[in-house]
Amino acid sequence: MQLTVWTYEGPPHVGAMRIASSMRDLHYVLHAPQGDTYADLLFTMIERRKSRPPVTYTTFQARDLGSDTAEIFKRACREAVERFKPQAVMVGASCTAELIQDDPGGLAKTLDLPVPVVPLELPSYQKKENWGAAETFYRLVRGFAGGRTPERKAGTKSCNILGPTALGFHNRDDVTEVRRLLDALGVPVNVVAPLGASPADLARLPDADFNIVLYPEIADVAARWLEREFKQPSVRTIPIGVNATKDFVRAVAEMAGVDPQPVLESGEERLSWYSVSIDSNYLTGKRVFVFGDATHAIAAARVAETELGFKVCGLGTYSREFARDVRAAAREYDVEPLISEDHLEIEDAIMAAQPELVLGTQMERHIAKRLRIACAVISAPIHVQDFPARYAPQMGFEGANVLFDTWVHPLMMGLEEHLLGMFREDFEFNDAADASHLAAVGDGSRPDAPAAVADLPSASDDAPRWSPDAEQELKKIPFFVRGKARRNTEQFAADGGLKTITVETLYDAKAHFGR
Amino acid sequence: MNRPVPASDMTAAPCPAPTPLRQRGQHEVFCGLTSVIWLHRKIQDAFFLIVGSRTCAHLMQSAAGVMIFAEPRFGTAIIEERDLAGMADMHDELDRVVDRLLSRRPDINMLVLVGSCPSEVIKFDLSRAAERLNEIHAPRHRVLSYSGSGIETTFTQGEDNFLAALVGRLPASRPDDSLSLLIVGSLADVVEDQFERIFTALGIDDVSFLPSRRSTDLPSVGPNTAFLLAQPFLNDTAGALKKRGARHISAPFPLGEGGTTAWLKAAADQFGIPAERFDAITLPGRERAKKAVDLYRDRLAGKRVFLFPDSQLEPSLARFLHCEAGAEIIEVGTPYLHRHNVAEEFALLPDSIQVSEGQDVDLQIDRCKAADPDLIICGMGLGNPFEAEGRTTKWSIEFVFSPIQGYEQAGDLAELFARPLKRRAALAVEA
Repeated sequence: MQLTVWTYEGPPHVGAMRIASSMRDLHYVLHAPQGDTYADLLFTMIERRKSRPPVTYTTFQARDLGSDTAEIFKRACREAVERFKPQAVMVGASCTAELIQDDPGGLAKTLDLPVPVVPLELPSYQKKENWGAAETFYRLVRGFAGGRTPERKAGTKSCNILGPTALGFHNRDDVTEVRRLLDALGVPVNVVAPLGASPADLARLPDADFNIVLYPEIADVAARWLEREFKQPSVRTIPIGVNATKDFVRAVAEMAGVDPQPVLESGEERLSWYSVSIDSNYLTGKRVFVFGDATHAIAAARVAETELGFKVCGLGTYSREFARDVRAAAREYDVEPLISEDHLEIEDAIMAAQPELVLGTQMERHIAKRLRIACAVISAPIHVQDFPARYAPQMGFEGANVLFDTWVHPLMMGLEEHLLGMFREDFEFNDAADASHLAAVGDGSRPDAPAAVADLPSASDDAPRWSPDAEQELKKIPFFVRGKARRNTEQFAADGGLKTITVETLYDAKAHFGR
Repeated sequence: MNRPVPASDMTAAPCPAPTPLRQRGQHEVFCGLTSVIWLHRKIQDAFFLIVGSRTCAHLMQSAAGVMIFAEPRFGTAIIEERDLAGMADMHDELDRVVDRLLSRRPDINMLVLVGSCPSEVIKFDLSRAAERLNEIHAPRHRVLSYSGSGIETTFTQGEDNFLAALVGRLPASRPDDSLSLLIVGSLADVVEDQFERIFTALGIDDVSFLPSRRSTDLPSVGPNTAFLLAQPFLNDTAGALKKRGARHISAPFPLGEGGTTAWLKAAADQFGIPAERFDAITLPGRERAKKAVDLYRDRLAGKRVFLFPDSQLEPSLARFLHCEAGAEIIEVGTPYLHRHNVAEEFALLPDSIQVSEGQDVDLQIDRCKAADPDLIICGMGLGNPFEAEGRTTKWSIEFVFSPIQGYEQAGDLAELFARPLKRRAALAVEA
């Protein structure tokens, strides 16, 4: 039993719903009690989907238990197929129905339905949303593409794009951007799946020469099966950031036998120049804490460190299935990998790392807000703000431009930071002051100032003590780096066996560690 | 004053609700767990621990519609494979989770274990667990339990089950206590304060509310308690109160000027408040309420409204729309129809309206489209799909999450209905 006040992922049947909702002409009959229909609003409210998700819930009740829940399932399944006339129907159970063991797959077979039935077994008490989505996509691909003979054209090589889904993080625009790159390379797209595909489209997957795995959390299992079954190799480079996009272009070009140079030289991206331009100097070495699904977290760490000149001070994921990849990436940045679904543990890690920027999920955005650290969102779990009205891909060259804006704008601009450094005792600069343009409405105090959290002295008794002078001097350091200065100074004093931290110690530590 | 009057005077108007249409199919409604979203804010020293699955936890954060700004006073103990396989003793596991929780939140006076679909199906005995935990942690932390499972409850029924459980914990009033008034059902704090002021002005001094804002201030109950339901979905709670000897004052629900007046009047009559005094005290509120509703009457009069089932408030909302806003009601859907509780509402509605209990959502959508109403009151899963077809909708959940009861909120209630119509008229865009 696990105490949870927040989850990064829903149950596995919500993953299956995401696949069903991504596709056309597919229906999902879910054996579930009343209340599980809440999942509809993820699609209609968060994604602002214009139609109901193609899901029928059986809505069994306590009084049905032990009598005719199986009959309720059969009726719901038959009526859903009649009403919605899908090309195929998926059947499965939510967590409660799993316990009553009605076997939706077996029951659906007895109905002699006019369409293929794909049974799903998604263990609710072991697995989570992304696993459920990946398993569902794999079952569908295997069910509809299995046994097909590929029809491949000689000459031009085509590809499938695998992985984008409903409720995926900026997936809508990522597909557009990646298609644009492929168009520019002259590589035709055979099928995009699951987003926008029908079961009949899945049957055509083997016709492509290779696959592009845009989102391994969803498409990895299916892509590996296609590799084995149809000798379809995969491009697994995720085109997030300038360099990864270039790597992606080269990998696709090699697979397709085309020239990558025109696309590489097209110069559509501005991230590189913006990052080189002198006003970006102040970004150098900014400590950034990265947390998200594995794909976005690994990609974000690379962009942060090598394209924006930040320093990655923490890297983690809630995707346990891809923990190994995140551990490997963390080694590159010399940080301890954080594999966790416990947001309190992640909050502790953020407080300990003292970052100046957090790149995380909506949860980390709230943590960062509490700690008054700048933050940008890089990954699901999805939020209504992750479906902006404007075009905002994360992938490709335009995606790199979006990343620059999204990650840099929350930070304090260079000159602003300098002025804060020079005139620390300006009464409006201290961390208890309201923003000066709000002086007329504020009461001048900020009871929730999280500096109080980031700024706590060490608790242990044998830790070096701060002299009042040193404590006073520490307060002159801008609040957004004060935590780091405190921590460095205490470390320096402890290493040197000092009992008391004086003003001298503070500056000795500053000289020792540098900025 | 405050003299009890014979119980025979309190019976409801004998006007039964029309025979509802009952269909069996997909229910597009929340389960009872969802009421934890307001209950955990209403009672400031309580923590609601759902014993359930990852789905329950996901439901709570999705339905709450907000991320965690302040640490919420609810959580989920997620049942895992090892619990089901018998590799772990679930009672031991729950004890461990509760220990961890209470050590993090020592400020919690009342811990409420909430049963879910999975815990009910595996017959995990939460009431026994609550008793055991209560022995360990009381009096510092009192522990009780109820079920909010979707196989037994919809949405607001969760509050009913919780309050029914809480009634068992209310102290007994003393036989020589004078008649006291208990208002039952969660109301916004501001609404409670307004009602309290009115009751005081009328001369009813001993008024308390269930649930109370703190678990340590529970009202006492007994034969000298008369109770008035502030919400229509509290059937089991009313039953539990009657078992404790309390008497139910039957009334329409306090929505709109008419509903509020009838509701207050039912209490005033119970307490022998003279009619002149009642009129004098309520007149300013009645006039304000009428004036405020009038601002939206043009927008709502003659509009055809279809209500999907959600919170059981639907009959009361329909009565308000019909009687005070001049709207025409096509269908009133409700998850459950407690005939006795809403008899006074239906007495004020024309017989011609369709009443439906339970749901087959596909068939109900068909009916709704065929009727082509001007305004559809429905849940969040259905709203945008209807809007995308050019229909105008209002989220029903807002009636549960907004202060709509009483004189001062009558205009706000009308505005909630009028806003989507106003917005449609204002927008020069097409979806």
